[in-house]
Amino acid sequence: MNSDTYDLAIVGAGPAGMAAARTAAAQDLSIVLLDEQPAPGGQIYRSIRRPAPEDRRILGPDYYHGETLVRDLDHARIEYRSGTTVWALDDDHTLCASSPEGSTRIRAKRILLATGAQERPVPFPGWTLPGVMTCGAAQILLKSSGLVPSQPLVLAGSGPLLLLIAAQLHRAGVAIEAVLDTTPAGRYLDALPHLPGALRNLPLLWKGLGLLRELKQAGIKRFTQVSDLRALANKEGLLHQVQFHAKNATHRLPAQSLLVHQGVVPNVQLSRALGLEHRWHELQQCWHPVTNNWGETSREGVFISGDSAGIAGAKAAEQAGNLVALEVARQLNRLSTTQRDEQACPALKDLAKERAIRPFLDALYQPARSFLSPSDETLVCRCEEVSAGELRQMVDEGCRGPNQTKAFCRSGMGPCQGRLCGLTVSQVIAEHRRVPVEEVGYYQIRMPIKPLTLGELADLHE
Amino acid sequence: MPNASEFPRIETGAAEWVEVDVDGQPIQVRAGDSAAAAVLAAGLLPSRSTPVNNSPRAPYCMMGVCFECLLEIDGMENVQGCMTEVRPGMQIRRQQGARHAEPVTHDHEDRQS
Ligand SMILES: Cc1cc2nc3c(=O)[nH]c(=O)nc-3n(C[C@H](O)[C@H](O)[C@H](O)COP(=O)(O)OP(=O)(O)OC[C@H]3O[C@@H](n4cnc5c(N)ncnc54)[C@H](O)[C@@H]3O)c2cc1C
Ligand code: FES
Repeated sequence: MNSDTYDLAIVGAGPAGMAAARTAAAQDLSIVLLDEQPAPGGQIYRSIRRPAPEDRRILGPDYYHGETLVRDLDHARIEYRSGTTVWALDDDHTLCASSPEGSTRIRAKRILLATGAQERPVPFPGWTLPGVMTCGAAQILLKSSGLVPSQPLVLAGSGPLLLLIAAQLHRAGVAIEAVLDTTPAGRYLDALPHLPGALRNLPLLWKGLGLLRELKQAGIKRFTQVSDLRALANKEGLLHQVQFHAKNATHRLPAQSLLVHQGVVPNVQLSRALGLEHRWHELQQCWHPVTNNWGETSREGVFISGDSAGIAGAKAAEQAGNLVALEVARQLNRLSTTQRDEQACPALKDLAKERAIRPFLDALYQPARSFLSPSDETLVCRCEEVSAGELRQMVDEGCRGPNQTKAFCRSGMGPCQGRLCGLTVSQVIAEHRRVPVEEVGYYQIRMPIKPLTLGELADLHE
Repeated sequence: MPNASEFPRIETGAAEWVEVDVDGQPIQVRAGDSAAAAVLAAGLLPSRSTPVNNSPRAPYCMMGVCFECLLEIDGMENVQGCMTEVRPGMQIRRQQGARHAEPVTHDHEDRQS
């Protein structure tokens, strides 16, 4: 067991956590950086130390930007620990973590949770079939292993990552049967008022248009305003067709793989387990923990930055991580308030630019209603196999929130601890009760936030 | 069941190759691959069936969120395959239905109450 006290313990070695570590190390703080992945990089820069694809054009220059961040972790003041999952945080700033070597406790004066985002759950009929996975899952397989989905391949969903991953797979030589864009027609009008903000970040807008152009030039079929998505199984129970509605007709495409995506949402598992205040973000249709401008939460000394504090993308995550490091340096008397403010200027400027485009993207790519509150037949909780219809029936019988439906039907009680149904359950209940999502709330999440073996628990008592 | 849906591998940079065993089949994978990736590379889907209704499943998120990739690895049940790196000689088994040993979760108290 390790009883050292660090100045700053960071959970998550994505852009937010890595930037915070670099900036804090420059202020001579002692840092421990913990991440459950085998190597640093987070989601965007996953496997950046050893990307599998030989051809650098496949993942593109934005990915290789991560090389500098990872290189800077090589610093005497930064102790990076890979393969280390944090599953609890005590009141006295002690983290409990497990790695293949066993469980340990780690104490620090300040804590930063930079645990990033997960893809939004995309419930629709057939989404549990083998052959259906998220776009992000396919990207992880590409970055870390050079594996690409079996074909015929169809992609379906909405958002910039859908287009990016389609382009990356195309560059990797994968034949794409079709891209099904589920963005509803009305979203373009909804996004229009937010265009001025988006124009403050022209390079990013330009990149998005570039991806669309790239897919078009590659001759990849793209259906727009797709609805009624459905994955169909063969007699072995594996995906073999994708059915959908577009252009006033129902279509069916052969598919061994269907990649789905409806944007990303903050990973709130730890912040929820800590009982921190969370708010509902109407445009992004997800929860986020409440922090001040420096990333500090209502729990003194506990900070959250990057996509786990609210979705703003990798560049914003980097800058938000820098701000936390500067504020921690001030709190631990390494910087005066004036010095902190001076050093924070460039980060604040960049952050404002990155955040300015979000309302446009959020309005444009808000998932279609059918993915937020799916049809009765659709499974919502994959672990305990509870459908949207069953949830609605429980509401009719008097259930008012997710913790009550949980008690009745075990939704959210499986191994994923609600990560893949929590958002949907709250939304289905809210819609059926005709009340705002905030009124319905979220699952009560408890520590440990990952299932543990008895051995892992026993280690801590030795 | 035939290996119907193997995930092909593109040209990759230099790396060691490792042999693992998936349900009795020897499979060559790259060092650094996850056990879930090995199952996909072998095309052995479904990779498990659920304890509740025995419905067929396969890895869904590959990042530790969904727990659809649960496998038996070197005799240990319910291991998250996407979070476990392959080791030479690793024995990977697909899981069918309910398991004998459930992992300890925060919800055991709820179940009793
Ligand atoms: C699958 C996926 C793929 C993405 N790909 C791209 C992309 O190609 N381009 C792009 O612009 N954006 C991408 N994004 C969006 C992404 O959220 C951000 O761009 C960026 O990665 C956010 O940075 P971050 O530092 O906030 O978090 P992340 O980069 O997500 O880093 C968080 C880190 O925390 C670790 N972690 C989480 N919980 C724990 C725990 N309990 N214990 C220990 N470690 C933990 C994770 O392993 C991860 O490494 C992707 C998102 C996802 C979910
Ligand atoms: S595939 Fe989702 S947890 Fe492993």
